[in-house]
Amino acid sequence: MSEVPEQLLFTDDHEWLRLEDDGEVTVGITDHAQTALGELVFVEVPENGTEFAAGDACGVVESVKAASDVYCPLAGEITQVNETLEDEPERVNNSPYDDGWIFRIRPADATVLDSFMHTEAYQRFLAELED
Amino acid sequence: MPFIPHTDTDVEAMLAAIGVSTVAELFDEIPDELHMAGLQSVGNALSEAGISRLMQKRARADGEPLCFIGAGAYDHYVPAAVWDIATRGEFYSAYTPYQAEASQGTLQVIYEFQTMLANLTGLDVSNASLYDGATAFAEACLMAVRSNRKSQSKTILVSRGLSPVYREVATNMLAGQGITLQELPLEDGRCDVRALTEFNGADFAAVAIQHPSFLGTLEQIDAVTDWAHSNGALLIGVVNPTSLALLRPPGQWGEQGADIACGEGQPLGVPLSAGGPYVGFLVCKQAIVRQMPGRIAGRTVDIDGKPGFTLTLQAREQHIRRSRATSNICTNQGLIATAATIYMSLMGASGLREVANTCVVNTSELVAALTALSGVSLAFGSPYFHEAVVLLDRPVAAVLGSLSEQGVLGGFDLSKDYPELGNALLVCATEQRSSEDIVAFAGAMANLFEVAA
Repeated sequence: MSEVPEQLLFTDDHEWLRLEDDGEVTVGITDHAQTALGELVFVEVPENGTEFAAGDACGVVESVKAASDVYCPLAGEITQVNETLEDEPERVNNSPYDDGWIFRIRPADATVLDSFMHTEAYQRFLAELED
Repeated sequence: MPFIPHTDTDVEAMLAAIGVSTVAELFDEIPDELHMAGLQSVGNALSEAGISRLMQKRARADGEPLCFIGAGAYDHYVPAAVWDIATRGEFYSAYTPYQAEASQGTLQVIYEFQTMLANLTGLDVSNASLYDGATAFAEACLMAVRSNRKSQSKTILVSRGLSPVYREVATNMLAGQGITLQELPLEDGRCDVRALTEFNGADFAAVAIQHPSFLGTLEQIDAVTDWAHSNGALLIGVVNPTSLALLRPPGQWGEQGADIACGEGQPLGVPLSAGGPYVGFLVCKQAIVRQMPGRIAGRTVDIDGKPGFTLTLQAREQHIRRSRATSNICTNQGLIATAATIYMSLMGASGLREVANTCVVNTSELVAALTALSGVSLAFGSPYFHEAVVLLDRPVAAVLGSLSEQGVLGGFDLSKDYPELGNALLVCATEQRSSEDIVAFAGAMANLFEVAA
């Protein structure tokens, strides 16, 4: 069973969101996602300052076997990207919830955060997938 | 790699396993109106002997004319060893070597093809080849739009001196993604550098030029490359591999070099054969390699530390990424790329230079012989490589028709693609054309035009 920390929100695309004190949201992929992809060889982060709609593909995580889109979970503007991933994509494998964060976004509408799964719900979601 | 066809029993067993009764049912998804009843202009099947007779008859009808047409495909000498080696059983497959454990030789050839193209273009990474020059250019455009993340534009500024055929193919292939080509006008047969300043500050994903241009002229590559980069655009260079034996490679254009180079590999040991199959190449800077379409053969070591070859960077190909792949139409031209690799190996750097030099000398000799005739003049003052445009005092088509009756293919009629040039004819003399051939061409022309006083 993969690690699912408390205090985070989750999407069915296996991304996590963390609401920061300044109202911005940090986004990354979950432990389950990084395990499924395998060793990452490249992470394409979005361009700082770009605006995305919810569900837009805004980056790519690429392993030896597959390249998957990173979706922007909510509408807003990218305020910061994890540039260290360019040289060290393995951070996403080693520390998916911490060093392996992908980008920060300023939500156009913070109320949409209510629509994401909490830890327990995501754990149930994973358990159903494994059945 | 043996090719084993399915027997009727195999097919029945497979259909039964998936619960389908006929092969046709597998294509149910395609609406009826898109099904073709048959190919109306294709005749009935013939026996092998019948096909041989028909093809020999058609080959005889072609005769052995003297060819002075270039315009994207060139009549170079192909050493006998090229196709003798390329058609050996070990190489004689266009199939992609996905299984590294069974395909080391093929992968090594592709790796060497890539190395040679990277060396010729002065850029970091080449892919394992594409269909042909036109589709390579279209892929270069798609790649540029994906790669240039600073630009919001889906427009590429393209010199009018870039092959009209390539521009047409690209327009067609780019339309579905809303990418458009905007034309950059010509001045004296090459990209008008002053006209570029009118676009200062405008957002383009890339600027594309062909060097030497479709009209044979040498472009002001440094000025165009630097302009592109100072305006936040990538630079795509369409190049002729023969010319790169003499000309500065795209990687050294301007201050930063071209970002992507592409072109047609036909001049490298591939016969004209009525337009194909040819081979495209695509080479780029390391920084944008992940947006490169197609596959790359890489060199690595196995678990015992022994060197070996394998396909790499294929995670974005369509067999893995489906509709989100970097390209859904590209594949590589394994067999033709193999022939090109053998050609380059046999010629070596000095051989390739000799070919290029001889072409340049022959073409300038041809231009001198033709422009000595009254009614024939050189179109541009710009320097040219192994092709040049001459202007005639009468319509080109009739002249070419008369020449053809005298066994001379006198060049490419530009009047349809470049009507603004008037009666313009693009001529080319490769290393295959001797001085006698050039004299014969000029003589046939002299029968039509007066010798200048």
